[in-house]
Amino acid sequence: MPRYLRNLIIALVVIAVLIGLDFVFQGRMLNPYFVRILMLSGIAITLAVSLNLINGFTGQFSIGHAGFMAVGAYSSAYFSVNYGVNLANSLGGGKVGWVVALLVSTLIGAFFAGLAGLAVGIPSLRLRGDYLAIVTLGFGQIIVVFLNNIEAVGGARGYSGIPIVKSFFWIFLVAVLTIVIVYNIVNSAFGRALISIREDELAAEAMGVNTTRYKVMAFVISSALAGAGGVLLAHFDGYLNPKSFEFIKSFEILIMIILGGLGSIVGSVLGAIVLTVLPEALRGFAEYRMVIYSLLLIILMITRPQGLLGSTGPLKAWRKRRKLTAENAGGGPAAAPTSPSTVATQPERPAPGGENLR
Amino acid sequence: MKRILLALILSVSLFSACTNPGAGGDKVRVGVFMSLTGSTANFGISSVNGIQMAADEINAAGGINGKQVELLVQDDRSDASEAATIVTKFVTQDQVHAILGEVASSRSIAAAPIAQNAKIPMLTPSSTNPEVTKKGDFIFRSCFIDPVQGAAIAQFAAKTLNAKSAAIMVDRKNDYSTGLEKVINEVFTRMGGKIVAVQSYQEGDQDFNAQLTSLKGSNPEVIFVPGYYNDVGLIAKQARDKGITVPLIGGDGWDSTQLYAIGGTALNGSYFTNHYSPYDTDPKVQKFVNDYKARHNSLPDALAATAYDAAKIMFDAIKRAPSLEGPAIRDALAATKEFPGVTGAVTFNENRDAVKPIVMIEIKDGGTYAVKERVTVEGAALPTAANAAPPTVAPANE
Repeated sequence: MPRYLRNLIIALVVIAVLIGLDFVFQGRMLNPYFVRILMLSGIAITLAVSLNLINGFTGQFSIGHAGFMAVGAYSSAYFSVNYGVNLANSLGGGKVGWVVALLVSTLIGAFFAGLAGLAVGIPSLRLRGDYLAIVTLGFGQIIVVFLNNIEAVGGARGYSGIPIVKSFFWIFLVAVLTIVIVYNIVNSAFGRALISIREDELAAEAMGVNTTRYKVMAFVISSALAGAGGVLLAHFDGYLNPKSFEFIKSFEILIMIILGGLGSIVGSVLGAIVLTVLPEALRGFAEYRMVIYSLLLIILMITRPQGLLGSTGPLKAWRKRRKLTAENAGGGPAAAPTSPSTVATQPERPAPGGENLR
Repeated sequence: MKRILLALILSVSLFSACTNPGAGGDKVRVGVFMSLTGSTANFGISSVNGIQMAADEINAAGGINGKQVELLVQDDRSDASEAATIVTKFVTQDQVHAILGEVASSRSIAAAPIAQNAKIPMLTPSSTNPEVTKKGDFIFRSCFIDPVQGAAIAQFAAKTLNAKSAAIMVDRKNDYSTGLEKVINEVFTRMGGKIVAVQSYQEGDQDFNAQLTSLKGSNPEVIFVPGYYNDVGLIAKQARDKGITVPLIGGDGWDSTQLYAIGGTALNGSYFTNHYSPYDTDPKVQKFVNDYKARHNSLPDALAATAYDAAKIMFDAIKRAPSLEGPAIRDALAATKEFPGVTGAVTFNENRDAVKPIVMIEIKDGGTYAVKERVTVEGAALPTAANAAPPTVAPANE
């Protein structure tokens, strides 16, 4: 069977399953409370997997994911409120109209978030190391301040009146697409280049990888996908507030991918689900809920520092750069499907005079 | 493959972990969602204290029509999406009869459509954004909204203090402050006053000398400071140091025991609007204050008082309702007339917002409060902005 045919069949099966599940959930056959948590998990999956592309696979430390999410959420919400409703109505106002309006809305959200990613990425990704963390943190704060002051999207009072679309199909379609996109990137030449940057940026450059270009590309894709996640959130409750996008949200997503395992897509998915479901599952403990939640996280990080499903690769790379010492490649990761052969035999050498590898 | 299997097993077990059998039995179940952790935890905790006290009182007195009240208190971590999740849980899994919450308008707005869809009445004790009750006819509010408060401040200055000119100090970055400023400016001007100067500051500023010097030059009879207590205290101190002796007037953002600790005697003779005053000599208020003190060993703040009232209003409606069905309770709630709460007599208007007097408090020596006046905003004083509804969009396929 030709490859494209196989892929087409898989895609059709996935869509059919999603439509089937959507039908089941819309029909209230399952408790809406569980369905809601399930859908929130779906949104979290989109966010976590997209962040993993830049933090886990490329090894760049971004902590402004909520900012890109906010850009996507607000731009798409603005479109939906001002044009989307008309667009849907002009197309008959039925299901077809809404599907088109939502599609356009999602693309707009992803586009503007990607644009913001480009604007942030180009200057800051030329530098090496921790600068990106500071720039993205700043970006996240700036976005929140902006949103607090733009009257057209409600300012600090929040943006309400966004059409509510609680569609299991739509949320999980975006989540699946995100996973497919990131998976394909990671398993392509592009992805190998990204991983080589993570393992040793200087060596990657010496091997002919245009590191800045690859980093910016990965960053833009990651931001655009985060924007798509924001679009889902905007239409989920039909209400947005700048407070929802403060840096704590970025950290929540960061915790998801670290808990799941940096550089593991399945790990990110699992991390997103666990961190969305856990606070709800612990509701029975009342006041102790967040204490138990935090304790569980601490215990997990002590027992499995590489995350639930993480390979030790990204962690090693990070430690290596931290200590500025070349670690012995002998104890290499046993389960590291992502560690490419191109970097496995990286020669160990000290940092060239004066240049800081961090 | 093994990992995917592991992932699946883990997530399934997590989902099943949050199954808990819906509460049954012969009780009145009231869902309470508040911020018990996170950025506004202190507000949420005060509110829950007030609600818990109201529930304990009614249960001790035999419950509502012989049925005990069961409170289901849930924490939303000061997060809007989590607030909506909790209300979803309330209306589906817990099958509550009524809902009380939230403090912050953002969380109330996010959660309100869910209560509305499920036709379960929801009453917020302290969300002041006009948008909240526009979410549907099952959503109620038992406190005044900001535009009404602003109008009360302006009316008090123009009528009671007979001021002809005023200056405003506004926190430009703060939505609450700019919202009040707009209304005060509009109403005060309409009532024949003149705003002679507007100066801005930012939350957290320490030095207000430049703005105050400028204000002093224009000789206002009163200065409106619609901000929060920490800034207000400093502004008052520095204003008195500059020789500005006119009264300062503000809103419920001033309400804190910290206010007098920061501003001290500089605040004597200044006024602010509030939901109630713990120093009110009304026996109803004194009983509430003493009972609260006995339980929590502290003075109840305005949030505890409004939440206590909200719970009692809800219990009263449930008592009058012919059944425990959502629409029956809703109708009884809407029919609430002159309910004697500690924060004043409450009646709901056609927007399901509480109509009640606003307490104008005068700060006396030693940081004690005296109720200067109970301001009922006159129809003519109402700001136009309070009535103007923002354009609403029909929700799409749910």
